[in-house]
Amino acid sequence: MSIIVDKNTKVVVQGITGKEGSFHALQCKNYGTKVVAGVTPGKGGQEVEGIPVFNTVKEAVEETGANCSLIFVPAPFAPDAIVEALDSGISVVVCITEGIPIHDMVKVKDYLKKNYPESVLIGPNCPGIITPGEAKVGIMPGHIFKKGRVGIVSRSGTLTYEAAYQLTKVGLGQSTAVGIGGDPVHGLSHREVIEMFNEDPETEAILLIGEIGGTEEEEAAEYIDKYVDKPVFAYIAGITAPPGKRMGHAGAIITGGRGTAKAKMEALKEAGVYVIENPAFIGETVARTLGVLEASQEKRTCEAD
Amino acid sequence: MKLHEHQAKEILAKYGLPVPEGKVAFSLKEAVEVAEELGEFPLVVKAQVHCGGRGKAGGVKIVKNMEELKEAVENMLGTVLKTFQCPEGKPVNRVWIEKATAIDKEYYLGITLDRSSERHVLIASASGGMEIEEVAKEDPTAIITEVIDPVVGLMPYQLRRVAFNIGLPVKEFVNIGMKLYRIYEELDASLVEINPLVTDKNGSIVLLDAKIDVDDNALFRHKDMEEIEDKSQLDPLEVEANKYGLNYIKLKGNVGCMVNGAGLAMTTMDIIKLAGGEPANFLDVGGGANVEQISNAFRILTADKDVKAVFVNIFGGILRCDRLAQGLIEAVKNVKTDIPIVVRMEGTNVEEGKRMLKESGLNFISADDMWDGAKKAVELAGRYE
Repeated sequence: MSIIVDKNTKVVVQGITGKEGSFHALQCKNYGTKVVAGVTPGKGGQEVEGIPVFNTVKEAVEETGANCSLIFVPAPFAPDAIVEALDSGISVVVCITEGIPIHDMVKVKDYLKKNYPESVLIGPNCPGIITPGEAKVGIMPGHIFKKGRVGIVSRSGTLTYEAAYQLTKVGLGQSTAVGIGGDPVHGLSHREVIEMFNEDPETEAILLIGEIGGTEEEEAAEYIDKYVDKPVFAYIAGITAPPGKRMGHAGAIITGGRGTAKAKMEALKEAGVYVIENPAFIGETVARTLGVLEASQEKRTCEAD
Repeated sequence: MKLHEHQAKEILAKYGLPVPEGKVAFSLKEAVEVAEELGEFPLVVKAQVHCGGRGKAGGVKIVKNMEELKEAVENMLGTVLKTFQCPEGKPVNRVWIEKATAIDKEYYLGITLDRSSERHVLIASASGGMEIEEVAKEDPTAIITEVIDPVVGLMPYQLRRVAFNIGLPVKEFVNIGMKLYRIYEELDASLVEINPLVTDKNGSIVLLDAKIDVDDNALFRHKDMEEIEDKSQLDPLEVEANKYGLNYIKLKGNVGCMVNGAGLAMTTMDIIKLAGGEPANFLDVGGGANVEQISNAFRILTADKDVKAVFVNIFGGILRCDRLAQGLIEAVKNVKTDIPIVVRMEGTNVEEGKRMLKESGLNFISADDMWDGAKKAVELAGRYE
């Protein structure tokens, strides 16, 4: 088990004939992901890296049984691509594209919620999702991930790589890592991914990587407090970020005193989450804490015997 | 991007909304002409800057005659206006001059995105004129929120509800609210804010101030907006960085940072602080980080005279470390800087990359991980200060 994607996931790459699309389609394929189709309107019948290209997502689904879409379409056309995927029966849409206008995303998200409440959108402006050893549906470097026990959910790209690499180095690895994206309106939220990790038997611990802006981390904290018994770790980026300045991601901004790193860390601490202050020690802290937790559990079991 | 008040008011007027009659002036001569054209006193002179709190900082003056007008304009144009909201100040290169309004009551009206509901919302309050965040903190019940459905848009009944609630002339307010929402949609705005919206002595609504922010991601379909942006209101290094697709924000410290990816860039700022230093900037060269961007980034970074040491923190996914090292060496040679550069990189061919930096004869210091790098950069910045 893992969440959202696994070795049976069949991926169609939208925008496969572009520079990014063709490069990453091959990277995903080489990782072992079943990349079964590509879509570029007007280029149906061609092949990219041995992957058949179709004119529409509908055709790709009918011909190949694709059930997951990976989108590299440029921002002005990406909302169209997301909706096309949903309307064609794709149940997992991963949108890498950065820079989609906020008015477009509000409409797309509303359309998704009203018409396809069971479907999953990851991103936009995200690195994608990876279940190590099974499927990589995104742009992350596959080799730094390792099949393992910790589920990662994160709003950023390279910071996810950093955290995943640290977990790999200490030998814990990841069950699945999800980059939910840095835009103000996006698909899966921290809370929704944590809900999935909580129900996944292979995920033994959860690592949440948040950043300033919005209230998603606070909403996740509320859920964790009520429903999650697995150990949850968190790191929040942006404790030194000044208010009113957008820190790269459109979503990473402190406005009107809301969305500060400090408030998020406090909410998470109150929910019983292990909040990690030094980002260089994410792997070590998780490993040490899990080790201590396991030792104390063993001790308790021994004592019970 | 942010619009000036005068640009926002010109747009509102074009949609037939009630804004005080006025005009922008870029010089004293133009200001006198505008005053003559308006043909009456009192007039209000307002400094055009991208920051709030102008009134308290002397950026808004009511003038009763031409002498007072000249004095007010002379005191504003060419100065840097510092307000509590932006203590670093913004240059005043234009003023807006309008007919004074006899105010009866002040209200707040805004349209923006609510991230929690993932919808646009209309926010109104009978406590106008002050910061809406302050109102929200002191008395949340004084704020009325109407959530806007993205399919049908803002509905008149919602505006009627607001008008009845805070006591505004209903028909007039509905007309104004619908037009403001149209502007918000048509301009791809992330904020349309009227603070204050006032009723005058005749009981009519006047939009006394106006703020419009346009979503940067949507500028590709609003080329006209991009053209009217007043770049003097931005940090020149930030403007330069934007040209190359870099995200740069100047901060107060002395440790320059160059990082790939926004989250990791914020994290790098945080870890510099943890190591006892202060970051000089936020700089994201993009998750993919290519050599050309790194070279441009380096030039911008070192143009900041406060920077005493640089911490390069690159988690290369696709980018190879030997290529990164090559790019850094070229960049440093081009910029001709001798400030110490601590490099932490992760990715393929990392050993080769480190060897190249070491053998370059330039002032590179390799770091094993983020913490090691942050400590070294902070220590070096302190030494050169």
